[in-house]
Amino acid sequence: MAEKQKKNPMQKKKEKAGQLANFTKGIIKENPIFVFLLGMCPALAVTSTLETAFGMGLLVVFVLTGSNIVVSLIKNLVPEEIRIPAYIVVIATFVTIIGMLTEAYAHDLFLALGIFIPLIVVNCLIMGRATSYASKNNVLSSAIDGLGMATGFMLAMMLIGLSREILATGAIGLGVYLPLGFEMTLINTDWYLFNMDIFIGPAGGFIVIGIWLAIFAARGNYLKRKREEERKAWIEQKKKEAAERKRKKAMESAGERA
Amino acid sequence: MISPTVFFVAIVSSMLINNIVLMRFLGVCPFLGVSKKTESALGMSAAVTFVMVMASIFTYLLYYYVLAPLEITYISTIAFILIIASLVQLVEMFIKKVSKKLYKSLGIYLPLIVTNCAILGIVEINIGEGYAAEYGVFPGLWVAVTAALGAALGFGLIMFSFSSIRERLDAAEVPAAWKGVPISLVVAGIMALAFLGLGGIV
Repeated sequence: MAEKQKKNPMQKKKEKAGQLANFTKGIIKENPIFVFLLGMCPALAVTSTLETAFGMGLLVVFVLTGSNIVVSLIKNLVPEEIRIPAYIVVIATFVTIIGMLTEAYAHDLFLALGIFIPLIVVNCLIMGRATSYASKNNVLSSAIDGLGMATGFMLAMMLIGLSREILATGAIGLGVYLPLGFEMTLINTDWYLFNMDIFIGPAGGFIVIGIWLAIFAARGNYLKRKREEERKAWIEQKKKEAAERKRKKAMESAGERA
Repeated sequence: MISPTVFFVAIVSSMLINNIVLMRFLGVCPFLGVSKKTESALGMSAAVTFVMVMASIFTYLLYYYVLAPLEITYISTIAFILIIASLVQLVEMFIKKVSKKLYKSLGIYLPLIVTNCAILGIVEINIGEGYAAEYGVFPGLWVAVTAALGAALGFGLIMFSFSSIRERLDAAEVPAAWKGVPISLVVAGIMALAFLGLGGIV
């Protein structure tokens, strides 16, 4: 099958474009957090700063890509009845590996994420991709799908983390949790007179995600209305044209009769 | 002998102060997904309570009597999730055999519980709190179970009150963009603020 596709350059090109779409679909059109509301627990719990959100996103990128690859490799070996426990063990193994690596090389991040590192196992996003995509597709597409979905998750997490940290402290700290080798504060905060601590706390997580979802919904509603108006205008125009034609025809026939 | 206040503190703190949904952000998916109707919210809470208490007993025993003596605690996450998955399967089979009516009302929620982070989260928190070191390995089990029960009751409390609010919210006039999940999340945020006021009681 693969060799056949190699011979046909057009098909190969098409497949390449397909893979790109496969990667980008997870970022906007099928964004796990903002569109499907998957993985809400970490999105609320570890997004109080940009760095923890980014760190969590990176871990999910690793786990989801790895588990998608392995699941699509073993999909024919696993009997249907024990599919879910088998996939859970695969995911849990990756989570254990990444947890140990984080503990060794990014200890501050490990402490900040705490219980939410083992909880990546039960992140609905990862199990969802394993059962709905990786168990039906080949290794390459599964890997790309996992990478794209996890990147979308990471970007959404970073958006939430960024807005929460700026609202709460007026600044973005770098190098606090991640072992970057330097520590710095982005954005001068002299103009920021009020520190809304609520946004660091649990309530802020819910409210910030609610606001972002409302913004995206408003944009979606606007686009929908615009499309509807365009379609209405188009129909109106067609109607006008048809009426014009009818009138012309009537005039012509009237002229003939006269 | 552990004094009764320990149990009281465990149940109040895990039910109200460190509420599992609003303070610890565990089980947010069922919180948003299954809380549209009061009836289904109560069914989900009952299933969660049952599985959470059972899971914390089994995982606690496994951790302290098998994994810790063998010094393989690093595979605890894998072991715990397997225990929870098989436990849910067993509970499902048991309920199906015993009561058709109960199965009809709880059955649909049981498969969802495997990937409910509240269960694995509470199990991990129970181990992380170190009840065994504080009260001894076996007495610690009772404190852990009490804390799990409190967490499950807290989950039920939030599910019930949130689903009641959501039923009212459906009838309210909400701006188009805020309809559905966004306004629910803001409501949850306000509830979290209210629960923040309970901090420091114990």
